[in-house]
Amino acid sequence: MAPTRLSRRHVVKPSTDQIWGWLDAVPDPEIPVISVVDLGIIRDVVWQDDTLEVTLTPTYSGCPATSVIEITVNAALRDHGLSNVTLKRQIAPPWTTDWLSDKGRAKLEAYGIAPPNPAGGPTRCPRCKSTDLKRISQFGSTPCKAQWQCRDCLEPFDYFKCI
Amino acid sequence: MTKPDADLFEFLLRMGDTTLILGHRLSEWCGKAPVLEEDIALANTALDLIGQTQMWLGLAGEVEGKGRTADDLAMLRDAWDFRCALLVQQPNGDFAQTIMRQFLFDHWHLDALCKLAHHSNDQVAAIAAKASKEVTYHAERSADLVIRLGDGTEESHSRMQAALDLLYPFVGELFTFSVEDLRPDYDAKVEAILTEATLTIPDSRFAHLGGLSGTRHSEHLGHLLSQMQWLQRAYPGDTW
Repeated sequence: MAPTRLSRRHVVKPSTDQIWGWLDAVPDPEIPVISVVDLGIIRDVVWQDDTLEVTLTPTYSGCPATSVIEITVNAALRDHGLSNVTLKRQIAPPWTTDWLSDKGRAKLEAYGIAPPNPAGGPTRCPRCKSTDLKRISQFGSTPCKAQWQCRDCLEPFDYFKCI
Repeated sequence: MTKPDADLFEFLLRMGDTTLILGHRLSEWCGKAPVLEEDIALANTALDLIGQTQMWLGLAGEVEGKGRTADDLAMLRDAWDFRCALLVQQPNGDFAQTIMRQFLFDHWHLDALCKLAHHSNDQVAAIAAKASKEVTYHAERSADLVIRLGDGTEESHSRMQAALDLLYPFVGELFTFSVEDLRPDYDAKVEAILTEATLTIPDSRFAHLGGLSGTRHSEHLGHLLSQMQWLQRAYPGDTW
């Protein structure tokens, strides 16, 4: 990239609203139907002079997706011409499934993953919508999910655990 | 390091080393647990614990101020510098032994983290608050399995009782480093679950000590470290 182009872009700093919109197009690496914004892990986007500071909160402390997310967020912002980006990891307050967006919850269900529910289990089968369900295991294919099964259509499915 | 920093460093090692060694032990089951769901659950629990280790040991490295990272502390120290509880050093044994070890640990761990979430040090409080959410699921699962296996078949019952008899003498050590006395609550909770599981708690409160202080580790720790650390030892500085 030519340095003149870079410096010109720096003069016109995109608004943080615009950046939130860009981040909303960055998919979660494990569940690509939802974005990192839907997941609620982007806590803050602020300009510190000419540097954009993005604050992320990891979902589970050992989740390998966290570093992948940092790489993809960085790459997405670079693609939009932002070269001065710092990513901050913040663990307090801890991430909670309450931060999942309504759009994200609907997309999860359409994808076949039951969205989190404060009652402690899925409300209905994401496929046939039956409420006759049983838990197979408290843990699933990623740290954030549990395995459930529908007693009507017999399909096993992932449930996004409340945390 | 000042005295308070040295104490904090020691405390962080105890937390981080204990979660690291248990996380490693659980990861030894990966690919060979009795059923797929249990394999996944054990690996996920291991992942949570190793994630928590990164936070505890990462902070320990910062407090120490010598530029050591969580990885350096995990992979480049020898047994005598570890501060992990004896309970988590114990081998996996059979599935009963692994689940009983987890159960006895989880309930202490959850109580300790809930107290630490109100610690005066903000960073300690933040790590504990984060970890306690994950450990809530560990404790729920291990209690569930202890009840199902204890109050299960004759075979599963006798294995669970044997595991409890074997591991109970390692429980007392966990209560030697908490500021607040967590033991009464722990005893009440654990006893209720073990009773439901038709298992009998040993009468003796004898406790093996020496893991958290690093003065007398079990013979198992060195073997575990040689397996866990061999790559960094054989190829120093190698990265993914």
